[in-house]
Amino acid sequence: MYVATKGGERAIDNAHGWLAEERRGDPAVPEISTDQIAGQLSIAVNRVMAEGSLYDPDLAALALKQARGDMIEAIFLVRAYRTTLPRFGASLPVDTGTMECDRRISATFKDVPGGQVLGPTFDYTHRLIDFAHAAGGPVPEAAAGTPDTAPKPHVAAFLNREGLLQDEPGGEDTPPDLTREPLAMPADRPLRLQALARGDEGFILSLAYSTQRGYGKTHPFVGELRIGAVAVEMEIPELGFAIEIADIVLTECETVNQFTGSRTEPAQFTRGYGLVFGQSERKAISMALVDRALRWQELGETATGAPAQDAEFVLYHADNIQASGFLEHIKLPHYVDFQSELELVRKLRAGAAAEAREAAE
Amino acid sequence: MTFDPADRKRWMGLLARAEAGRLSVLWAAQGLDPEFDWLRRPEIGTAMVRGRAGATGAPFNLGEVTVTRCALKLRDGTVGHAYVQGRDRDKARIAAIVDALMQTGAAEALRAGILDPLAAERDAARTGRAAKADATRVEFFTMVRGED
Repeated sequence: MYVATKGGERAIDNAHGWLAEERRGDPAVPEISTDQIAGQLSIAVNRVMAEGSLYDPDLAALALKQARGDMIEAIFLVRAYRTTLPRFGASLPVDTGTMECDRRISATFKDVPGGQVLGPTFDYTHRLIDFAHAAGGPVPEAAAGTPDTAPKPHVAAFLNREGLLQDEPGGEDTPPDLTREPLAMPADRPLRLQALARGDEGFILSLAYSTQRGYGKTHPFVGELRIGAVAVEMEIPELGFAIEIADIVLTECETVNQFTGSRTEPAQFTRGYGLVFGQSERKAISMALVDRALRWQELGETATGAPAQDAEFVLYHADNIQASGFLEHIKLPHYVDFQSELELVRKLRAGAAAEAREAAE
Repeated sequence: MTFDPADRKRWMGLLARAEAGRLSVLWAAQGLDPEFDWLRRPEIGTAMVRGRAGATGAPFNLGEVTVTRCALKLRDGTVGHAYVQGRDRDKARIAAIVDALMQTGAAEALRAGILDPLAAERDAARTGRAAKADATRVEFFTMVRGED
C-alpha cells in the first residue's frame, strides 16, 4: 500500500542538484561531449539502442551521459522518450543479404564464398590493459585492401540447397508487437524474437550459456555471424512507393544446430537466429542460442524442463526495464505495509510468549 | 516537367540517409530560398524496423528508428515530401524542398550540386569500409603434413 505524503520536496530538489554536480564530475576536467560518447564508446551506445529498442546513436549517447554511464538507466530514458513519439509506419523486412559487411565469419565453412572477414574485432587481442590509451595520441590508419562491395550470400543458403537445413517457414505480414499489445502466452516465434532482441544482454547471455552447459542442450555451431550496414525501406502511403529512410548497423547470427530428428521432423540441421541493433555480437549469438532452445515444441523435441526452454520464464524476465522497475520499487516508502507487518510479528511473538508462560505454569 | 518515379525513389533515399550537417552545407551552397507553404510541418517520429526469422522467414519487429517527416508545396504548386533518418527538423525541411525542386526545371542543377556529391561521398565511405574489411580477410593456407 502506498500513502501520499508531503514534505520531501526540498530534499528531492537538493538531491537532483547534487546528482547534477556528481554527473559533471571534477569541473577541472573537460566535460565529455555526446559526440565523444557516440564515437568512442560506440559499443555502449549500441547496447542502449538495442535494449532501448530505438536506433538513434546521438540520442543513446545523450541518454548515457545523463545516466552517468548507467546502461539500464540510459535504456530507460530511451524507452521513455520513444513512447512520446508517433509511429509513422513499419519498414519492409530488412534484407540482411544486402548487408555491407564490416565483419563476416563462419565457424562451419572455412572456404565460404565471400570469405572470412574479421573486421574490427576484439577476438584476437590479448586482453591486456594497454596503458597507451591513457596517454592518448594519434592512431595509424587501418590497412586497406581491395574493396569488395558485392553482397555476401548467407551461409545458410548453401546448406539449404542440399536440403540439410530446415526451411524457415513464412509468417504473417504484420507480426505481433509487444510494444502495442501486452506480451501474452503462448508466444509465437516473431514475438519471441522481438522480446529477445530488446532483452537484457546479461540475462540472454546467461540463458544461452546455460544451454551450452546442458540445460536444454542444442548443439549449436555459428553458421554465420555478420555485422554491417543495411538500408531500411518503408512504404510511404502519400507517395505510393517505398523509399530507403535509414541506414542502420546490425549484427546477425545464424546458428545451425545438430538435430537427429523427431516424430514430426527428419534428421537435419535446425536454426537459431539472432538480430540486434549495432555491433553487438555477444548478444546476437546469445539470442540465436535462446531462440533455438525455445523452438523445442515446434520441432517436436522433448522438453527437459530447462529454464531456456521455458518461454514464459524467459520472455517475462528478459526485459531489464520491467525487471528493474519492479525490483527498485521496493525501496520506495512502504511505511504502512511495514507497519502492519510489524504489528503482526509483535502480536505473534506476544502470543507465543503467553503460550510459553502458560505451559511453564 | 516529368521525372522518372524510380529516380525520385533514389533521390529521396539519398536525402533521407544524408548526414544532416553535410546536406545543410550543400543546400546553402545552392543559394536558393524558394517560398513554400507547409502541408505538414516537420514532425519527429519513428518507423518500426522489421527483420525476418532466419533472414528469410517470418517477419518480426526488431525495434524502431527515429524518422522526421514533413510535406510542403512550392508557389508553383509542386509538392515535396521528406521522410528522413534522425530528429533534425531542418534536414527534413531541406529534403522536402529538394524533393519538390527536383520535379522542376531546377532538377539538373540540384542533381549536380547536391545529389551527385551525396551519392559519391556515400560510395566513397562504403568503399573505404569495404577496403578495410578486405584487409582483414583471412587467407587460409594448408600446412602439409607427412613424410614427403
